[in-house]
This record gives sequence, structure tokens and C-alpha cells, in this order.
Amino acid sequence: MTKRVLEDPAKRAMLLTALYVAQEQYGYLSHEALQRVADRLNMDPVQAYETATFYSMYRTEPVGRYVLQVCEGLSCHLAGGAEGLADYLQQVLCIHPGETTPDGLFTLQTVQCLASCGTSPAMRVNDTLHENLTTDSVDMILQELRGG
Amino acid sequence: MYEPILLRRVDLPRSETIGVYLANGGYRALEKALHEYRPQELVDLVKRSKLRGRGGAGFPAGLKWSFMPQDDVRKYLCVNTDEGEPGTFKDRVLVERDPHQVIEGAIIAAYAVGATRAYVYIRGEFFLGVKRWIKAIADAYEHHYLGQNILGSGFSLDMTVHRGAGAYICGEETAMIESLEGRRGEPRLKPPFPAQKGYLKEPTLVHNVETLANVPHIVLNGAEWYASIGTERSAGPKLFCISGHVYRRGVFELPLGTPLREIIYDHAGGVPGDRRIKAVIPGGASTPFLTAGQLDVPMDFEALVAAGSALGTGAIVVIGEGTCMVDVTRRTARFFAHESCGKCTPCRVGAMRILDLLENIEAGRGEPGDVQRLSSLCDGIVGHTFCPLGDALVAPIRSSLALFADEFEQHIKYGRCCAAA
Repeated sequence: MTKRVLEDPAKRAMLLTALYVAQEQYGYLSHEALQRVADRLNMDPVQAYETATFYSMYRTEPVGRYVLQVCEGLSCHLAGGAEGLADYLQQVLCIHPGETTPDGLFTLQTVQCLASCGTSPAMRVNDTLHENLTTDSVDMILQELRGG
Repeated sequence: MYEPILLRRVDLPRSETIGVYLANGGYRALEKALHEYRPQELVDLVKRSKLRGRGGAGFPAGLKWSFMPQDDVRKYLCVNTDEGEPGTFKDRVLVERDPHQVIEGAIIAAYAVGATRAYVYIRGEFFLGVKRWIKAIADAYEHHYLGQNILGSGFSLDMTVHRGAGAYICGEETAMIESLEGRRGEPRLKPPFPAQKGYLKEPTLVHNVETLANVPHIVLNGAEWYASIGTERSAGPKLFCISGHVYRRGVFELPLGTPLREIIYDHAGGVPGDRRIKAVIPGGASTPFLTAGQLDVPMDFEALVAAGSALGTGAIVVIGEGTCMVDVTRRTARFFAHESCGKCTPCRVGAMRILDLLENIEAGRGEPGDVQRLSSLCDGIVGHTFCPLGDALVAPIRSSLALFADEFEQHIKYGRCCAAA
């Protein structure tokens, strides 16, 4: 039943979904991954690339195992704590936004709005959204991700 | 005391499930619509209810339905769940906690306009929302509210979830359609409007999640009942999401026309530390600022336009005294510069130039004449772009320059902020 919900009659229209699947398998959208997607959907690789580079959730470069995305939107900023959270993560992980830790575990990014304006500060870790964060809860999340 | 209509179920345990929805009156409106109304009668009903779109533009929903051709061609419905304007977090509540209410509204809308396939376009970042949509649609199929010959009416509808991938512009209806087709989410030139040529060049009706959530209630309780809520021209309940400097941030359902002051002080508990209010964004980051002197404005489409702003998505951001407005403006510009799709030059280049100037002023590197430069950049963008994003990015900047001119000048003159507490 789940499969039926995701299916779509037009082939090109499957591209966004196919890119997600490829990204999941390859970790990021490498040339090889884009070529596979294009072959499956019967299009030129450049068409897949063109679409992939438009959307911020597709990555054409490798990232760490966990991508930490901190919201720096206006509401988060006013409520306080958003900058604090980004600064804190920079300190603890010793990386700047856009960088990955040398062990390949964490990539830090700042993003615009996660629709968590009522529950900020907020951070997304891969597929999971964390809200109302404090430095303590961030520590716990990092510890868990490190397998500690 | 106003009794919530749209948020009636969201605090029930497991409110997202079809069981809870059915136990609380769910899908009764669909039965009524399919068995007691012909499609054209539903279009008239929604017209008389005065329901207007809740995605930002406030276009009359019934009129939009009537633009769909009545001929026997393939037609589509798109459910816009691409909520992403800073300050807006109302659709998330509906999708995560009462998705069947939206699905029921979508099926009724599809029946009214003769659409046989519906797409739910959801923001890629809404992981929980995607899961909830998929589960809810699967359950609706199992109960025969979707699929062939729904409830024996002869009407058939398929519904598919389509996940976006991080682009604010895809909330614009033609950009959303491009994205649905697997392309870059760049807006199309209008006309033709989606009602004539939308998805795969077929007639397409696009509606915001909150708009559709209203439809079952209109069918069950009548157009007159609905039109009696709110004001003469802005009818019905509205989800207001309030954030920024208030005690209780969150989503509140109130009739359109509720005074802004009441929402801020009675529902959101006022400003922490009893600070005075400096400015309020009434409808999301693209709407012009209101000042402390305008708090009595009724929150409806007409009154906010008269006050020099707009209702937008109903996303209220309260900004307390002691906040640097140059910084606020810069953050707004940063969002739009990031989200400009790049298709047309005034928006792509203009947004970056505006952001550069604002970053410089904020960092103490502003130069005399920067305010004029900002203002002339705004003039170069407004009305010269493919889609409303150009106007959206200019609106808050122009209003900030007009209302807080001295703050900008002080920043430039002294190289620092004199307003921040």
C-alpha cells in the first residue's frame, strides 16, 4: 500500500523521489549516482544534475554520517538561543558551518526555517527534528550519535 | 469563548489516526457531499461561504474552483504543504496531528472540480509530516474514501505524496507544478493559470492545506454558518502562529478579524519582562512591519491592507523594544536572497545586492547613501519579476527603511547599533 502511495504515472515526475533514493544509497549524489538515476528514468544525466542542484536537500558533495542543521531564522533568533546553539556546536565539534569533522561523523550546517518558530532553538539531525534544545540536551544527542 | 473548529481534534491522543478522526465526526462531510450534492452545487456552496485561500494571497476559493473547466478532461488537484516562510508553522500542526481533515477537504474539492488525481506536495524537511501523510492516505484507501467508486458514488480519486527537496519558491503554485514534474522549481509566466494549464499541461487546482481543512466544516454546517464567523469580507476561522518575543509561542485558532492586541496579550501572554513592543510582522516574513501604535488592527485581509501590511499566512512575529531593526531586516533579506530561484535577474541580483548592503551596514561598514541605494534597488525589483517572490522580498525592507530610517542612519554614521539592549 505504501508503494502505491508513492507511485506516479509520469516518469520524469519520479525524478525527485529517485534522487532521494540514490542519495540514500550512495551517501551523496555522485556522478555515478546521477548517471544511474538518469539511466533508470531514461533521461540525460545533465537533466538529473540540473534538478538536483536546485534543491538544498540534495548533496552533490560527500557529507558526514550525521548532518546537523541549526535553524538561524528570524523567530529562532528573537527567541534567543539559536546563535548560542550554532556557536556551541562549532565549539564542541571544532568545525565551522559547512564543514565536516575529521572523523567523518558530523557535518554542521545553518538553515533558514524549519517551521519550529514556536519551539526553537531547533536542529535537525538527518531525518530527526529536535526542538526546545538546551546545551544539555545537545550534549546528550551528540553522545548518543557517537555511540557513547 | 471561541470554540476551535480546525484544531478541535489536535490535542486528542493519537489524533492523527483514522480511528480517532472517524470517532469524532470524520468523513461525514464527504458522505454528505458525494450523496447529496452535485459538483456544481458544491462550487456554489463554497462561493457562498466566502472561504478565501489561507496560503497568503487570500483568493476566493469558490471562484478558483469555478475557473476549472467543466469539460471532460483530465484534471488534477495539488495540496500545498510547502510551508516555509519564516514565522509560519501552522500547516505542520494540521498535517502532523489531523491529516484526515485535510484529506477529506481535498476529496470534496476534487469531486467539485472533477479532478481524478491529487498530489500532496510536502516540504522535504517535514519528515514526520511525510510519514503521517503516507499513513493517512493508505488508511483512507483502505476505508474506500480514496480509489475507485468512492462510497458507491461513482466518483474516483487517487492521491499521491510528492516530497519536495528544500526550496521555498515551490510554495508558489506554478513553481510547485514544475517541481511535481521533476524539474527545477522555477515559476512559470502567468497566464496561462494552473486552472487552464497546470500539471502536465492539464487543468490543476492548487490549494493550501489550511484552506482545504475548512471545506468539510462548510459542507456539514452550511455556507451561512461559515460566513457568519469572522468579518463581512474575511470569513471563517484562521490559524495564527505567533513567535518571537511572547510568553506563549504557538498556533491559535481564532476568527478572522480578531484584534492583533488580543492575540498577543490574551492568547500569547504578552511580551516577557513587560517590554514594550517595537514592531510586529503580522503575516510572515514577506509582510510589511506594523508599529506599536497599530496593535488594535483587526487581523483580517482588508484591515491589514488598510494598515499598510497584509495578512499573509497569519504568522505573527513580535519584536520587543531593544531589538536592532537593521539586524531583523538583514535576517529577512538573508532568507529571500537564499531562496530566490535565480530565474529572473531583478530578484536574483537585487536580493544579493540588498543583502550585501545590509550585511555591511550591520557590520559597521555602511556608507552614506546606502539607504538610498537600498531603496532604489527595491524600486528596481518590484513589479519586474516573474513571480511574487520579488515583491515579497522588497515589502519588509521598504517598510523597515520607512519606519526605522534613523536606526539605519545611526548604524551608518556611528558604525554600530544604538537600539539594541
